[in-house]
Amino acid sequence: MPTLLIILAGMFLLLQLAPGDTVDALIAQMGGGGDAKLAEELRRFYGLDLSIPAQLGNYLWRLIRFDLGFSAIYGKPVATVIFERLPATLALMTAALSFAFFVGLVLGVIAAKRVNGWPDTVISTLGLIFYATPSFWFGLMAIVFFSVHLQWLPAGGLENIASGLTGFARLCDIAAHLVLPTLTLGLIFLAIYLRIMRASMLEVLALDFVRTARAKGLDETRVMLRHVLRNAMLPMVTLIGLQAGTMLGGSVVVESVFSLPGLGRLAYEAVVQRDLNTLLGIVFISALLVIVVNFLVDLLYARLDPRIGTGGAP
Amino acid sequence: MGMNRRALLLTSAALAANVVAPEAAFAQEQPRRGGIMTVHFPSEQRILNPSLQASTGVYIVGGKIQEPLVDLDAAGNPAPCLAESWEATPDGKTITFRLRRGVTWHDGRPFTSADVQFTAMEMWKKILNYGTTLQLFLEAVDTPDAHTAVFRYSRPMPLNLLLRAIPDLGFVSAKHIYEGNDIRQNTANTAPVGTGPFRFVQYERGQFIIADRNPNYWRNNLPYLDRVVWRVVSDRSAAAAQMESGQLLFSPFSALSIADFTRLGRDPRFEVTTRGNEGNARTNTLEFNFRNPILADLRVRRAIAHALDIPFFIENFLGPFAKVGTGPIPTTSPDFYPPNMPQYPFNRAQANRLLDEAGHRRGAGGVRLNLRLNPAPWGEDIALWSTFIQQSLNEVGIRVEIVRLDAAGFLRTVYNDWNFDLATGWHQYRNDPAVSTTVWYRSGQNKGAPWTNQWGWTDAETDRLIDAAATELDPARRKALYADFVSRANTELPLWMPIEQIFVSVINRRVRNHSNTPRWASSSWHDLWLAS
Repeated sequence: MPTLLIILAGMFLLLQLAPGDTVDALIAQMGGGGDAKLAEELRRFYGLDLSIPAQLGNYLWRLIRFDLGFSAIYGKPVATVIFERLPATLALMTAALSFAFFVGLVLGVIAAKRVNGWPDTVISTLGLIFYATPSFWFGLMAIVFFSVHLQWLPAGGLENIASGLTGFARLCDIAAHLVLPTLTLGLIFLAIYLRIMRASMLEVLALDFVRTARAKGLDETRVMLRHVLRNAMLPMVTLIGLQAGTMLGGSVVVESVFSLPGLGRLAYEAVVQRDLNTLLGIVFISALLVIVVNFLVDLLYARLDPRIGTGGAP
Repeated sequence: MGMNRRALLLTSAALAANVVAPEAAFAQEQPRRGGIMTVHFPSEQRILNPSLQASTGVYIVGGKIQEPLVDLDAAGNPAPCLAESWEATPDGKTITFRLRRGVTWHDGRPFTSADVQFTAMEMWKKILNYGTTLQLFLEAVDTPDAHTAVFRYSRPMPLNLLLRAIPDLGFVSAKHIYEGNDIRQNTANTAPVGTGPFRFVQYERGQFIIADRNPNYWRNNLPYLDRVVWRVVSDRSAAAAQMESGQLLFSPFSALSIADFTRLGRDPRFEVTTRGNEGNARTNTLEFNFRNPILADLRVRRAIAHALDIPFFIENFLGPFAKVGTGPIPTTSPDFYPPNMPQYPFNRAQANRLLDEAGHRRGAGGVRLNLRLNPAPWGEDIALWSTFIQQSLNEVGIRVEIVRLDAAGFLRTVYNDWNFDLATGWHQYRNDPAVSTTVWYRSGQNKGAPWTNQWGWTDAETDRLIDAAATELDPARRKALYADFVSRANTELPLWMPIEQIFVSVINRRVRNHSNTPRWASSSWHDLWLAS
């Protein structure tokens, strides 16, 4: 809780350092023509006529009552604005993380099994390419290839608005829209998982208990799955906990390229429009979600490695 | 801003209208009913009601749902819309609008003069940007019957000026929706209720806006389209790809990258044109801060202007949609454009000579002086232009540091804090120099008012010319006064406007009957249709 408070107050003060306020941003959008009285009136409307400590105090006081305030850009309560965006963000994040995790895992295992062989070289090189390529370029190229030339997948958006699909058909439509963004976002993470999995597998393979397992006559598949993989998973789980936090913030680049209504674009828009309430609301919700994800990861540790207890002496 | 108000009200000449020939080829075809028009919506707006905010980002959506009293026809002349006819008394203080009968709001309630009265007094006069200035001397709107609205002004309001202004500044909102509540907080601001050809259906933030055909539209059997969908696409390259994949049919107001205009312009599936945007001319500026004594020296400002090779820049960076500008009044405004004004053609030797004369000798590394340049973040052309300025000035020994800020930061830093040496952005020309052009030169602007004279430059002769032109009723004499104004502005050079541009539309050729008025992208699209 104190951490959260420091983060929120810090964000608030940081945004005060940026020149201009939300009324300046609005006037830029209007293209001028407002008189001085209008700007004054708007500052009063957005509560910007108060001193900075008073604004911060107001914000925190509202927060205590679970009121995230009113979004200047969207003219709705911040909580509504954020919850509208959460499904898309969570869907994209879950899809991209699962894709990266499972494909990374499989490729990592293959690379470790054939270390320094040709599959290892191919997989490692691909991983390096994925990691080094900017995601906007990947995204745009995927659109050009799959949407513009082949016309297989939609170029952007979350669903086909005009079709009026419902139920399962609508779900399929949304899934089709998420294929390219998931791949684009997932490929970068895939490279990381692949490298970690490979290194972790190699490390565990060299340990004594693996030799013991082999010595007692277990077949190779069983050794790999029950003994090596399970132990090699620990760093992967750590990583997924860390990256879930990063991904919750959304990906401005992927969301912009694929016109998805995610939290990343919302946060970006909030900064550009100096919409303090919305930005702080996103920070607040993301922080809460990160805490939840990390708690789940801790529980998963305990399942994977019985030595990590839930407290008390082993 | 006092100047601006007076100028607007006393302007007698018509706002310049640009004539657009209707497209003969398309007129032959039989319009097809049905279809969904998909429109690129690059940045989300806080409100969609054009009675409350006058900007292209609002018109592109709200202009299809709500309607103004008067619209412009293909020739750019006022045409009846919600008002069928109008007349002014000889003293110019009373203007009567006869309203169309049998028009209903999208919720079924009848449209009456009470709506006009409410919108004019509560929105145009109090909230609408540019509207507050236009309607400053509006005293009351009388409603002798349900279909007559009588505008009473305390000073003469030229009928022609009002009629040219209200296609943009005269959208009507429903009184019964807004009455008795805080107008700024009304939910109808983002779910507009209008009388237009399309009915608002849904707005998903960050995704799309939908409006459906209004079956009770007063123009019988119109519109042709079933639905309009605006898709929020903030990335320019992604929007171009969606145009190519057919997910978008129209990208308005120069929202794609310059390279994509050229590329899509060669593609037979698309039309890339400035047609339909003639009412939206703009010039690229170079603004000088006179609080820096170096820039207060006219020789330095002229040297900077001479150092810029404008034709080279346009040819290599902006392409066919820009041309060399000659000052504050663009060539798209034939009613006011003055030819043969003082110019600053590219001449590097002259620039060097002027800087030497001003006492700025080259020092170590050939550098004479250092300046900061703040480019506005509105367009790709400004980013390119600022880099071009930096490199061009480097050639004459002026080292320029570019300070990039976002929209709010730019406006605050340049126009309120005056913390800049050079700035560059767009000057929007709104059909008459008195609307939004002379404020860039007239002294006495409020501190912090963007796009006005915040340079720390005062010139009595310029002020006199601006005031005289604003109160001059004879069109010929007024044009001559504006020629003198431009001459003075180009001589003294408080800011320089060397490039002029018109917004570019990119349209799929399936779309028919498009770009047929000078403010087409902002208009109601009742006659728009889609070929199969």
